[in-house]
Amino acid sequence: MDFGFTTAAYVVSAILIILSLGGLSNQESAKRAVWYGIVGMALAVAATLIGPGSGFWLLSLILIAGGGAIGYQLATKVQMTQMPELVAAMHSLVGLAAVFVGLIAHFEIGRVAGFMAAGGDPYELGTFAALIAKKSAVEINILRVELFLGVFIGAVTFTGSVIAYGKLAGRVSSAAEKLPGGHMLNIAAAAVSVLTLVWYFNTGGFLPLFLMILAALFIGYHLIMGIGGADMPVVVSMLNSYSGWAAAAIGFSLGNDLLIVVGALVGSSGAILSYIMCKAMNRSFVSVILGGFGGPAGEQMAVEGEQIAIEADGVAAALNEADSVIIIPGYGMAVAQAQAGVAELVRKLRAQGKNVRFAIHPVAGRLPGHMNVLLAEAKVPYDIVMEMDEINDDFPTTDVAIVIGSNDIVNPAAQDDPNSPIAGMPVLECWKAKQVFVSKRGQGTGYSGIENPLFFKENTRMFYGDAKASLDKLLPMID
Amino acid sequence: MKIGTPKEVFEGERRVAMTPESALQLQKLGHECLIETGAGAASGFDDAAYAAAGVEVVKTAAALWQAADVVAKVRAPDDTEMKRLRDGQTLISFFSPVADEAKMQAAAKKGATVVAMEMIPRISRAQKMDALSSMANIAGYRAVIEAGNNFGRFFTGQITAAGKVPPAKVLVVGAGVAGLAAIGTSTSLGAITLAFDVRPEVAEQVESMGAEFVYLDFEEEQTDGAATGGYASVSSPEFREAQLAKFRELAPDVDIVICTALIPNREAPELWTEDMVAAMKPGSVIVDLAAEKGGNCKQTVMDEKIVTENGVTIIGYTDFPSRMGTQASTLYSTNIRHLLTDLTPEKDGVINHNMEDDVIRGATIAHAEAVTFPPPPPKVAAIAAAPKKETPKALTPEEKRAAELAAFKAQTKNQVILLGVGGALLLAVGLVAPASFMQHFIVFVLSVFIGFQVIWGVAHSLHTPLMAITNAISSIIILGALMQIGSGSGLVVILAALSVFMCGINIFGGFLVTRRMLAMFQKS
Repeated sequence: MDFGFTTAAYVVSAILIILSLGGLSNQESAKRAVWYGIVGMALAVAATLIGPGSGFWLLSLILIAGGGAIGYQLATKVQMTQMPELVAAMHSLVGLAAVFVGLIAHFEIGRVAGFMAAGGDPYELGTFAALIAKKSAVEINILRVELFLGVFIGAVTFTGSVIAYGKLAGRVSSAAEKLPGGHMLNIAAAAVSVLTLVWYFNTGGFLPLFLMILAALFIGYHLIMGIGGADMPVVVSMLNSYSGWAAAAIGFSLGNDLLIVVGALVGSSGAILSYIMCKAMNRSFVSVILGGFGGPAGEQMAVEGEQIAIEADGVAAALNEADSVIIIPGYGMAVAQAQAGVAELVRKLRAQGKNVRFAIHPVAGRLPGHMNVLLAEAKVPYDIVMEMDEINDDFPTTDVAIVIGSNDIVNPAAQDDPNSPIAGMPVLECWKAKQVFVSKRGQGTGYSGIENPLFFKENTRMFYGDAKASLDKLLPMID
Repeated sequence: MKIGTPKEVFEGERRVAMTPESALQLQKLGHECLIETGAGAASGFDDAAYAAAGVEVVKTAAALWQAADVVAKVRAPDDTEMKRLRDGQTLISFFSPVADEAKMQAAAKKGATVVAMEMIPRISRAQKMDALSSMANIAGYRAVIEAGNNFGRFFTGQITAAGKVPPAKVLVVGAGVAGLAAIGTSTSLGAITLAFDVRPEVAEQVESMGAEFVYLDFEEEQTDGAATGGYASVSSPEFREAQLAKFRELAPDVDIVICTALIPNREAPELWTEDMVAAMKPGSVIVDLAAEKGGNCKQTVMDEKIVTENGVTIIGYTDFPSRMGTQASTLYSTNIRHLLTDLTPEKDGVINHNMEDDVIRGATIAHAEAVTFPPPPPKVAAIAAAPKKETPKALTPEEKRAAELAAFKAQTKNQVILLGVGGALLLAVGLVAPASFMQHFIVFVLSVFIGFQVIWGVAHSLHTPLMAITNAISSIIILGALMQIGSGSGLVVILAALSVFMCGINIFGGFLVTRRMLAMFQKS
């Protein structure tokens, strides 16, 4: 087949992929959208396989099938609570693939140059080589920069995602840790990368490329090590963005428009998600990436009162009497695998004709939209799962608010205490409900390490214990 | 320590400060309990019940006062009891430091400690020992029952075969604890209930109990009860006039009036005047819970029930809690028990009278041979100190239009600047970069633009599926590997093959997991 057909297929494929992202605007059209994506992808791969320049197509098919089998296993076995880990792990694969493809392009450039010098016809080497051979010196230099960028972003994405995976899966300590030297090490590594870029630009040798890969791998590792567990939604979406930019950069170096289009889509998607997450925490992107919360700006308000504990029968009595209930789930629910219990509770309460809804803070969980997926898995209908802005005004007319495993996102200090480290962060105003129950393992503070005045409020009762065990105790008492 | 409760000596007092139930709890704190024989009889607790709960029954009051380290009772001590009070003994009871000042001085001189139940500060931590509230709750309930007893009609409206019965109309003046209890009782009996209070912030509580709050047409800033520890304060003459005018308007309509308006340490304000009583229908009932302090209605006679010339019954009893002896005793003894829990922090039966503690300090009026009244203001602000929030000023249509115009202009300016800068950057790149690069670059910029437009529309709840699907499609990088796998050296083939393999995992994994997630989202 010739070039024209491949390009046409790419256009169709690009449109399908754009439609598939656009289709995610609501739950019903999303079910159709995923098929657009699959078809678009299949079309792109098929067109490339039969298009010019490829060889070993049987080998390629076998490899894709092999990878597909593993992917199938992963996708069907994974628990919904492990989604953040899976996504992070998959990002690392994209990053690594970008590094490899970049390296291949580098070798090709060298080979073509050698071949031309020997007086051969570059067209015998295949289309990519032919493409390179046609390029002028300036273009080759631009090619090098693109390739260099693609490999750099790919390498950062790779180690970053591996560390993010480790943190999410609990294999690496989720606390923010930095090597002595802190951000100076990152700056040094970045400086090395810039120097090697200049070096590579001038010589085109393998050594500067290799050094840069090491530096980039280090940056990815050290940057993510320095970011704490609860900032993972931002990290994961940032890595998502990076994997897109890496693909786009590689697309430039290979002169492949489809790669550029899709890479740019993914890159901007990740960037928007990161922006939304940062906005939800009222923190700048830079401060999240540099890791950790800054110290308090001044004397924090002292918390008055005491935490009053309550047992399951008290919670059950209040729930049986309530007409309207709002549940605020957080990462603690995912950790305790309590979503099925929560769903059962909701089913029972709704069967009694009560108005039960969920309030989801944008940064609840470890992945954007994490809570929605968990609740969907537990068969909670999505139309009672509300966003923060949709439901925040309804708390004053609510009888009971139940906080399950969240802390900072329901901290009134964000509004009341201008000196709090989380001051100004939008929070769910659950304390305005007539009664608040907080299911929590112990008396510790949240991720930001600050005291939560909610727990000391007069209308708050603490329901201590593992979320799942607490719900199991509670369920039989709801009639 | 030995905690003893004597029989109340006040005429007609049925309450008792210790019940078998509370005695069990006190024993858990390490105390021994004593009770005078027959002390609980009027509230329905006989000596045998106390003995079964491990309480030592003492024959005479004298012996009890002699033996007990802590005496807990209901009413303030009379003269005989004051004589029995001894050095080092602690007395817990109602004890007005203003009305009974002489007794307070005497007790302090003797070296006894006196904890006055009405002095318990009104802070949330001390609610469990707030006997004024628990007694007021009973008084409010009983006031409605008493009114019903003297009212010749149903509370609830009915349509029966024998004719139509209109519902009774009840007005509750003062929505404190007693007022709210009265509102609750009255609404649950089915009466149409109106309620009034000088503190506008209680309107919400009133409405939550199912009653209708009576608003005044009055402009002046009304005092927030939070500034005065949750109690009402004296209002301005203009306010009072507006209030009386409203009541005058209501008087011919209402069947039952429950007056509960009290201002601490003052005579009760007159709120239901003679002309209002005269305007009421015959058979109507007024229950004046403020009778002890002179009454909200000046015709009220303390401790008596009178009927006016136009047939309105006015009840001025002051012993409503005592009229419900069993209930009042269980609540009061629980208040006492909570107080003793705070006084016995180690639960070892040793009283630690901690004068640093806000609650204990506030309630103690005599200690260590000195009068300790009045207490310093508590460190914790009373009840919800909600500072008034400025309500945003309503904008006039012109202002609104101007604001919209300004916003629109700012937006346009922003967009034009962004477009200008973006365009200039593109041109600058175009000046130096070769045409082949620019071709791809345009594609790139447009894709980013499309990406931004499309992704903003994605529902929040679908962010996780979005990540999974972008993950799958970012494996489009497989194209790069596929294009090169066939061309070249062994190393290139190996690298390309690895890339293809990894991308294969990603594509299948990403799409499948997205599909799995989306299938889970169900509508109810």
